[in-house]
Amino acid sequence: MKSIFLIILLGVLMVSCKDQGTTTTSTPTDASSPTLIAGQSAVQDNESMKDVVKVAVGSPDHKTLVTAVIKAELVDALSNAGPFTVFAPTDAAFAKLPAGTVEGLIKPDQKSALQNILQYHVMTSALKSSFFKDGMTMGMVNGDNITFQVKDGKVMINNSASIVASVPASNGIVHVIDAVLLPSSK
Amino acid sequence: MKNKYFFLVILVGAVYFQACKPRGMQQAVTSDAASKVYVAPGTHDEFYNFVSGGFSGQMSVYGIPSGRLLRVIPVFSVDPEKGYGYSEESKPMLNTSHGFVPWDDLHHPALSVTDGIHDGRWAFGNANNTPRIGRIDLKTFRTVEIIEIPNSGGNHSSPFITENSEYVVAGTRFSIPMDNTNGDVPINTYKKNFKGTISFISLDPADGNMKIAFQLLLPGVNFDLARAGKGKSHGWFFFSCYNSERANTLLEVNSSQKDKDFILCVNWKKAEEYIKAGKGKKQTVKYAHNKWDEKKHMATSTIENEVTVLDPKELEGIVYFMPCPKSPHGCDTDPTGEYIVGSGKLAAIIPVFSFTKIQQAIANKTFDADYEGIPVLKYESVLHGEVLKPGLGPLHTEFDDKGNAYTSFFVSSEIVKWNVQSLQVLDRVPTYYSIGHLSVPGGPTRKPWGKYVIAYNKITKDRYLPTGPELAQSAQLYDISGDKMKLLLDFPTIGEPHYAEAIPASLIEKNSTKIYKIEENKNPYATIGDDNARVERKGNEVHVYMTSIRSHFTPDNIEGVKLGDVVYFHVTNLEQDWDVPHGFAVKGANNAELLIMPGETQTLMWKPEKVGVYPMYCTDFCSALHQEMQGYIRISAPNSNVPISFSTGTNVAEEAK
Repeated sequence: MKSIFLIILLGVLMVSCKDQGTTTTSTPTDASSPTLIAGQSAVQDNESMKDVVKVAVGSPDHKTLVTAVIKAELVDALSNAGPFTVFAPTDAAFAKLPAGTVEGLIKPDQKSALQNILQYHVMTSALKSSFFKDGMTMGMVNGDNITFQVKDGKVMINNSASIVASVPASNGIVHVIDAVLLPSSK
Repeated sequence: MKNKYFFLVILVGAVYFQACKPRGMQQAVTSDAASKVYVAPGTHDEFYNFVSGGFSGQMSVYGIPSGRLLRVIPVFSVDPEKGYGYSEESKPMLNTSHGFVPWDDLHHPALSVTDGIHDGRWAFGNANNTPRIGRIDLKTFRTVEIIEIPNSGGNHSSPFITENSEYVVAGTRFSIPMDNTNGDVPINTYKKNFKGTISFISLDPADGNMKIAFQLLLPGVNFDLARAGKGKSHGWFFFSCYNSERANTLLEVNSSQKDKDFILCVNWKKAEEYIKAGKGKKQTVKYAHNKWDEKKHMATSTIENEVTVLDPKELEGIVYFMPCPKSPHGCDTDPTGEYIVGSGKLAAIIPVFSFTKIQQAIANKTFDADYEGIPVLKYESVLHGEVLKPGLGPLHTEFDDKGNAYTSFFVSSEIVKWNVQSLQVLDRVPTYYSIGHLSVPGGPTRKPWGKYVIAYNKITKDRYLPTGPELAQSAQLYDISGDKMKLLLDFPTIGEPHYAEAIPASLIEKNSTKIYKIEENKNPYATIGDDNARVERKGNEVHVYMTSIRSHFTPDNIEGVKLGDVVYFHVTNLEQDWDVPHGFAVKGANNAELLIMPGETQTLMWKPEKVGVYPMYCTDFCSALHQEMQGYIRISAPNSNVPISFSTGTNVAEEAK
């Protein structure tokens, strides 16, 4: 019963989303009411796999991450072709940050800092966790590097975050991690 | 539990809702967009847009601002519609050292320039797979020359052109063992055995004919894109390269290890000096050089056997590496020639290099050691500055006539306008979706014509009515005449457009050929006049010398051909009227049609497989009685004694006799 309620409610919300997505038609109206066009995140497609954004949105454990991605205006970028490897800290991981950190970062004047942190969680290749080897360094979208530690089959990043689950997506892969990665301050 | 679920629903729902709301990445298409792209019926576009066909192997021509498709020019792929690669005359155009190659992947057009300004004479295109450069004559919009590039493994960094069309270049994307070595080596001996090359192909100023002037032997990196210097940097050429790691597998990861790869600065005037001084080494190679003869209406293919190679490790002063962050792709020089913009696909900044500083660094030997024996200039010493956090995944940059640059960003799917001097970002617009190259009319020249930037997008999805899993790739036209870029139009393209150039129509239209003069037709199989039409047997070859004029073929009844014969239909179009081609096809031919321009001769080869009477007809609607423009050819058994005969209008019905 509860799950039926959930599906119906989600369905309603997605329909409202669809309505917005269809405002892309360029109809010659008066110049004061320009036609709005959304990016690739608004493409209506229920056949393809979910992209990395939709995987995160569909997860019960990534509300903070999803909010942050929206605030950082990275929804469209991460809905594009990529491919992306996204290291997705859980809500619990964000909760481990000092009190007020997340609240501070999602303020409009901190957008650039937030983008930098989120882009430190994204790589432009889709790599399974088995690919990562101990001591391997990879460049992230924000321009900084991360380093992997692999012990007993467990993959860690920067000696601080462990990959706890991996979800393939249409435009990459989401590795769920249990700590937020912090780029070196420049 | 119940509360928890409810909370989840609300949150997930809110996220979905928010994710679809306007978020600043939206673009207004205002009502004046329609009038800005409207080209009234019967009137012409302001610009030609020469767009690469990517994996179609062809080049297409669009009108701007309407986005009308004007022509698809076959270059590296066969085109049955035009008989290209099917007619005996055009087959040699696609000959290579590997034999006849019916397909390729054309990425970049380059238009000829004089004093760094478009002159409207030729367009060049690169073959990315089997390395070649094609030249298109803009009088006829036909491919008139194709030269194969030896010592190359994928001609991607090509065919960019120097300021006075002295050279087009060909940098190999794949490094490979050189052609004159034993190439049968383990792939993981890459670092030892694989080399890169850049070829300079000289152009004859009078007729554009191509010749490989020299090749530079270089370390085994991957050459990606390039631009010639101009103005003060004339005499130099800049090539982006990735995979300085020299990985031979999983480049997706393994060529992205270093923080910086390179742009290679080439002093080609210096290379010319070494060539003059006899410092080049002759190397035995094999490559095809194919030319179309406009008088004979046919191509010849010649296999050439030698190339001159310069080794910059031994010959100082030809090349310098310039560090450039994270797998540089686009490498673009601004209209003044002072600034070189490197776009690292994985870089978070755009570096802009100064030609003046490059010259100072070379003079002062401000080097960061060397890479494979080639000096590496110190990054800071050659840098004009960096555009900070411009977007995600910078690819290519074009310029307007006001000192601004327009850079495409694949990952964040946008065009960002910035000022070349101040490096400040001025504006950004989204593209739908995932832009690759972009084009400003005259954007790579000394004289950008401005007005528009055109985005060539990789992903279409919901932009057009769905057509199944694959959709036409979309181009998008933006108005750049004001401070803010404005989206005006989407238009579909053929194949996978990569780069494109746009040029004022006035530079081309006045030169356009309308007909080929019949009296100048030097095709050895031409039939000048109906009276000369005939059929001749030469052993098992039957040559049909046929004419076409509205609305009949001469001859249109042919007998005496036997199974086992090879039939050659040499069809001469006697029309002398613009836009009146005739087509020719025969039933069962394992071949395409011919499409014969006024005054031209083309040949279709046919090996009949069965005895019988075969219809043949004109395929291009030519006249009121186009449907009557037809004939028959009779194929008899191998031991038949039916004599060769041919006629038009005289082989009257048996019962009428």
